[in-house]
Amino acid sequence: MLVFVIRRSIQAVFVLFIMSVLVFIGVYAIGNPIDILINPLADQQERERAIAALGLDKPMWAQYATFLWGALHGDLGKSFVHSTSALSLILERMPATLELAFAAMLIAITLGIPLGLWAGLKPSSVSGRSIMAGSILGFSLPTFWVGLMLIMVFSVMLGWLPSNGRGPTTQFLGVRVSFLSLEGWRHLIMPATNLALFKLALLIRLTRSGTREALTQDYVKFARAKGLSHRRVIGVHVLRNILIPIVTVIGLEFGSVIAFAIVTETVFAWPGMGKLLIDSINLLDRPIIVAYLLVTVTMFIVVNLIVDIAYSALDPRVRLTEGKG
Amino acid sequence: MAREESPFRRLSSDFAANPTAVFGLILLGIIVIAALAAPLISPQNPYDLAQLDVVSGRLPPGSTNENGATFWLGTDDQGRDMLSAIFYGLRISLMVGVASTVVALAIGLALGLVAAYLGGRTETLIMRIADIQLSFPAILIALILLAVLGQGTLKIILALITVQWAYYARTVRSAALVEKRKEYVEAARCLALSPPRIVFRHMLPNCLPPLIVVATVQVAAAIALEATLSFLGLGLPITEPSLGLLIANGYQYLLSGKYWISFFPGVALLLTIVSINLVADQLRDVLNPRFQQ
Repeated sequence: MLVFVIRRSIQAVFVLFIMSVLVFIGVYAIGNPIDILINPLADQQERERAIAALGLDKPMWAQYATFLWGALHGDLGKSFVHSTSALSLILERMPATLELAFAAMLIAITLGIPLGLWAGLKPSSVSGRSIMAGSILGFSLPTFWVGLMLIMVFSVMLGWLPSNGRGPTTQFLGVRVSFLSLEGWRHLIMPATNLALFKLALLIRLTRSGTREALTQDYVKFARAKGLSHRRVIGVHVLRNILIPIVTVIGLEFGSVIAFAIVTETVFAWPGMGKLLIDSINLLDRPIIVAYLLVTVTMFIVVNLIVDIAYSALDPRVRLTEGKG
Repeated sequence: MAREESPFRRLSSDFAANPTAVFGLILLGIIVIAALAAPLISPQNPYDLAQLDVVSGRLPPGSTNENGATFWLGTDDQGRDMLSAIFYGLRISLMVGVASTVVALAIGLALGLVAAYLGGRTETLIMRIADIQLSFPAILIALILLAVLGQGTLKIILALITVQWAYYARTVRSAALVEKRKEYVEAARCLALSPPRIVFRHMLPNCLPPLIVVATVQVAAAIALEATLSFLGLGLPITEPSLGLLIANGYQYLLSGKYWISFFPGVALLLTIVSINLVADQLRDVLNPRFQQ
């Protein structure tokens, strides 16, 4: 176990290092930030002073060394546009994204598992078939378009929900959150549903196929033969066994929810780090792009590690030390 | 093994057993024909500025202009007929999706086969890169690439190829590892055939079924991803509006109730993706030997 965690952590640091080099070279070597950041009317002297101030006159490896040294001290550079620390800008926006992602996962889990279970128990019934048809639709609907249509129906036509922003936030454990006020909920519910749709479809399919497979297993037949109630067979014996892959997927998909939040945040003007990324790409604000990527990649690696450890806790057959990392 | 009918006939009759899948295939056929025949069936050439009239901008569906032309799906802010724009947009979306899938398939196929056949360090290197890449969501990788490369049709195709190749490499490798141990490969080795010949002439055809399914799903995924990136303003240039760009274009008019500029291109996008997914779903069942008795 310990060996596994250490080995995975070393691998994670290696991946992070490679990513930082790739992203740094990609983002800094191609395109020229000077043209955007410096007043075109500035004379040669002013230009050179500004270039030196931004550190863009040094060779590439020196720029990377400065960047890496700073990164190890929690300094990912200053935003060209906002003139503040890129990392603190990202961290400031992170709670909004995390709140959106957690809300979306919650919706996907609370609806997806029961619906999938139902469709798995009654695969040929009308309700089972409708659930599956709905899940195909959920896979096929482009997230951003669904978001627009939600705005059209609930904001423009019905006027029930606000179309953008986060609304008033409340302080909770030192972080600003939306879910503690009714107004916050009204802002949160539509983007969260939008973001949840794809994962909902995925969980329905996963639960359904797991249930169908479990029902043919001997332990279910045996539980039935013992005279256990239907409810107990399904709720304890089936559900417990299908939960293992589901938990894994939920964990792994959390990262992709954060990535897809970029789209939802843009549609609903949700002030999270995804929207910050898109704005920064359009403004060529490189330090923020680099900081976003490194923060996200770190989050992914940590989540993947946690999932692997949770997996072994749930399924004693999995021996982590035997995995190839 | 009795050979009563050709594999293709067996597959097509298996496929036809599911009415939903047949419906998907017909729908897909209509969409592809509409996209190919866009210049012939469109009421208007949406790129010809001489045909556009700002006076007839943002007209609701079914309106007519002073020349008597009817805009069945309304017009956008520049007076472009939405129906024509959608036909032309489908062309671009399908072209980008198919082109990127074909190239990514070729790259992934070659790397996956090489990894499985050679094994050892080559295999570890190729598959480790694929694993690391697949642990990040496609949209994030595509966004990074486009942020670095800038915009353009070729650049977005390049981004879509980069995102997809690993899926094929992984699928082919796992299929090829199974095939590699089979007797016909051993027989081919005994005949001293060259490794490229064994890999591409003998093993490749047997690895195709799972690959076809993955490729079909990936075309739909590529089209959806391209639309999303174009919507975010990082995809195709405005001179060649794909469906995603048409939707993005209507975003600003949505709040004033002019729904059709975003709505109809979205429906076209949805129908395309649904029809491909329906076909892919049935292909998966038909091509899966586990379900054949």
